[in-house]
Amino acid sequence: MSTLTDPPKPGFRLSQLIYDTRYRSITIQVIALVLIVGAFWWLGNNTVNNLNALGKDFDFGFLNSAAGYDINQRLIEYDNQMSHGRAALVGILNTLLVAFMGCVSALIIGVFVGVLRLSKNWVVSKLMAVYVEGFRNVPLLIWILLIGAVMSESMPQPREFRGEDATQSMYFSDNVAVTNRGIWIPRLGFANSISGEDAVAPIDGATPVAAGGADWLLILGTLALSLIAMRYVRNRADKVQQSTGDRPTIWYQQLAILVIPVGVVLIALGATIVSPYLKGFNFTEGTHLRNSLIALWVALSLYTGAFIAEIVRAGILAVSKGQSEAAAALGIQPSRTMKLVILPQAMRVIIPPLISQFLNLTKNSSLAIAVGYMDVRATLGGITINQTGRELEGMLLMGAFYLALSLLISGGMNYYNRSTQLAER
Amino acid sequence: MKKTVFFGALTAAGLAAGMASAATLDDVKARGSLNCGVTTGLVGFAAPNAEGEWEGFDVGVCRAVAAAIFGDPTAVEFVPTTGQTRFTALASGEIDLLARNTTWTMSRDVDLKFEFVGVNYYDGQGFLVPKALGVTSATELDGATVCIQTGTTTELNLADYFRVNGITYEPVPIETNAEGQQQYLAGACDVYTTDASGLAATRATFENPNDHVLLPEIISKEPLGPLVRHGDNEWADIARWTLNALITAEELGVTSENIEELAATPGNNPEVNRLLGTEGELGAMLGLEADWAKNAIMAGGNYGELFEDNIGENTAIALARGLNAQWTDNGLIYSPPFR
Ligand SMILES: N[C@@H](CCC(=O)N[C@@H](CS)C(=O)NCC(=O)O)C(=O)O
Repeated sequence: MSTLTDPPKPGFRLSQLIYDTRYRSITIQVIALVLIVGAFWWLGNNTVNNLNALGKDFDFGFLNSAAGYDINQRLIEYDNQMSHGRAALVGILNTLLVAFMGCVSALIIGVFVGVLRLSKNWVVSKLMAVYVEGFRNVPLLIWILLIGAVMSESMPQPREFRGEDATQSMYFSDNVAVTNRGIWIPRLGFANSISGEDAVAPIDGATPVAAGGADWLLILGTLALSLIAMRYVRNRADKVQQSTGDRPTIWYQQLAILVIPVGVVLIALGATIVSPYLKGFNFTEGTHLRNSLIALWVALSLYTGAFIAEIVRAGILAVSKGQSEAAAALGIQPSRTMKLVILPQAMRVIIPPLISQFLNLTKNSSLAIAVGYMDVRATLGGITINQTGRELEGMLLMGAFYLALSLLISGGMNYYNRSTQLAER
Repeated sequence: MKKTVFFGALTAAGLAAGMASAATLDDVKARGSLNCGVTTGLVGFAAPNAEGEWEGFDVGVCRAVAAAIFGDPTAVEFVPTTGQTRFTALASGEIDLLARNTTWTMSRDVDLKFEFVGVNYYDGQGFLVPKALGVTSATELDGATVCIQTGTTTELNLADYFRVNGITYEPVPIETNAEGQQQYLAGACDVYTTDASGLAATRATFENPNDHVLLPEIISKEPLGPLVRHGDNEWADIARWTLNALITAEELGVTSENIEELAATPGNNPEVNRLLGTEGELGAMLGLEADWAKNAIMAGGNYGELFEDNIGENTAIALARGLNAQWTDNGLIYSPPFR
């Protein structure tokens, strides 16, 4: 009798799927996959069944039918006989407008406040702290409602500006009107407009003017060329400085390059300032910044600005103290130290969280509903869905739009981020 | 981490799975209450009172339907909806019945797949302006700023009216009547436009109602009525015939006062007897108790009583019956016969 037994044959037992580490991870993944596929199938199937039960189909044809409703703020031509698709586009542009304005002003506010909060001046730094804590800790919706309410409740009505015994008057020598329906500011009109639009006199007896995309393209194009030329001049000055040690004075060249071409274009176009004036129920002419835009824009900027301020502060604090001490030892002034030494390094820390703030701001702009700002949620995701009953299609389109926009913003910012990162060798 | 995502997806799927069931009556009975969509607050039509109980003309329809089913007018869950959310709420099954000043239009009936079960108020769109504005006709409103509730027929009528008359306006879109009232009173809009009944109800809550006038123009037809989803005819029948029972009760002189007596000692008017279930099988045909209509009428009175109690001439809203008088009084309110 032998006391030796053969080692057990490595046969496969079902329990190994759970207890054997070689198989366990595969088992879990397969189960998860089956469940996830099942869940999606169920979701899809459920949607199809429900649509069937309601007798509805899945069709984007509604985008071509007449919208029938009016939109107050239009960046492109639109009237109520145009299509739901066009209305959606008007809404999209309004979303982009407020998101862009918000991102720019939130960034400016954030950088200022973030830097000032580190100020050695006690009053300044505490004031900034109050601002940051005040805005960060109260929900955005409340700020939007509050600013909207202040605008509509406490500003004067347009008719209070009327007549001999007007109780209100315009600001900046009759150029700006602040009312409970928004703020009217002057706009530019072009007597020799190249846009092909009909010129009309803004007020009886004035020179007829028009303003269109082509005019603005010309002006902005000129500006862009000037900026490129300025960069060229600056680069040349840098080169001279590097080879000779002396930096040529170029500020007057820069100024001339910036101002003269645009000035010439403006004069050639016959640019005039068109001021708003009271006509009938409302002010007319000029540019009308509606309450809804102002409330949403200001609230978004101040709210997100508070977060950006903290990000900026953290970025600055992340740059080691030795850097500013070294700069001081080299005799660089504090303001230049901030600009040339600290901020460029802080940027590396600041940009990634900044991206999420911009994304937040853009998506938060859909809180427009609180003040009736006609963004894409209000047109496509609101009235159009309601009038056509195309909830699923409308929501999917809107989701796709916000997704695409967010990806675009983070793509662009990531590109910028890469260019500011330390180039490691 | 993977697990969390997975369970998240499952929950989302579970939430999205409110199947629009075909047998609404069974669902309602199983739940023990009726989910009724109403306004977010329009005094006289649907608004919570000081005790937090919903009351009003549209609320009366909800209560009557609940009473017809359960014999209990309080077996209602009121769901406040805005002009924009109401149809999604109904289509998704969140509510069983929508009674919210909703205009019966062809596209809502046919394209949005709803079933209007009748008209409980014949209305039209009007304009409310402050007297101080000195405007006497809607045609003088060129360039005015107009508060308009989004997702309504009135929004479309407004656009049509101004386009046809070749005048312009600046719309201020609002979400609820309360918001409209606030904007209008603050002077952020010159004009408030919606159904004339809604304007009367809104004006009644102003501090100085007499400082505001309704312009003479009525620019549209707004037959307002309760509605249900397409596809469940039995459920639509219950809602339709409950409304008809209220209307017929007024026509036949059945009121909340005399109804007990009429039901206890059936007289010799056969239609009254059929209505109150003391004769015939009308209740059973609907799948309800024989006294369904009696309960519905007792909930808040017949059509005329509901009207007078909530929006009639003795209330602050002070609406005359007008088009909403019985057909026997030259109005449009008319129910098919109970037989
Ligand atoms: N009848 C129109 C308008 C209905 C409507 O929204 N009416 C307003 C004013 S009469 C309302 O009920 N508002 C109450 C709320 O805001 O919840 C429709 O069906 O589209």
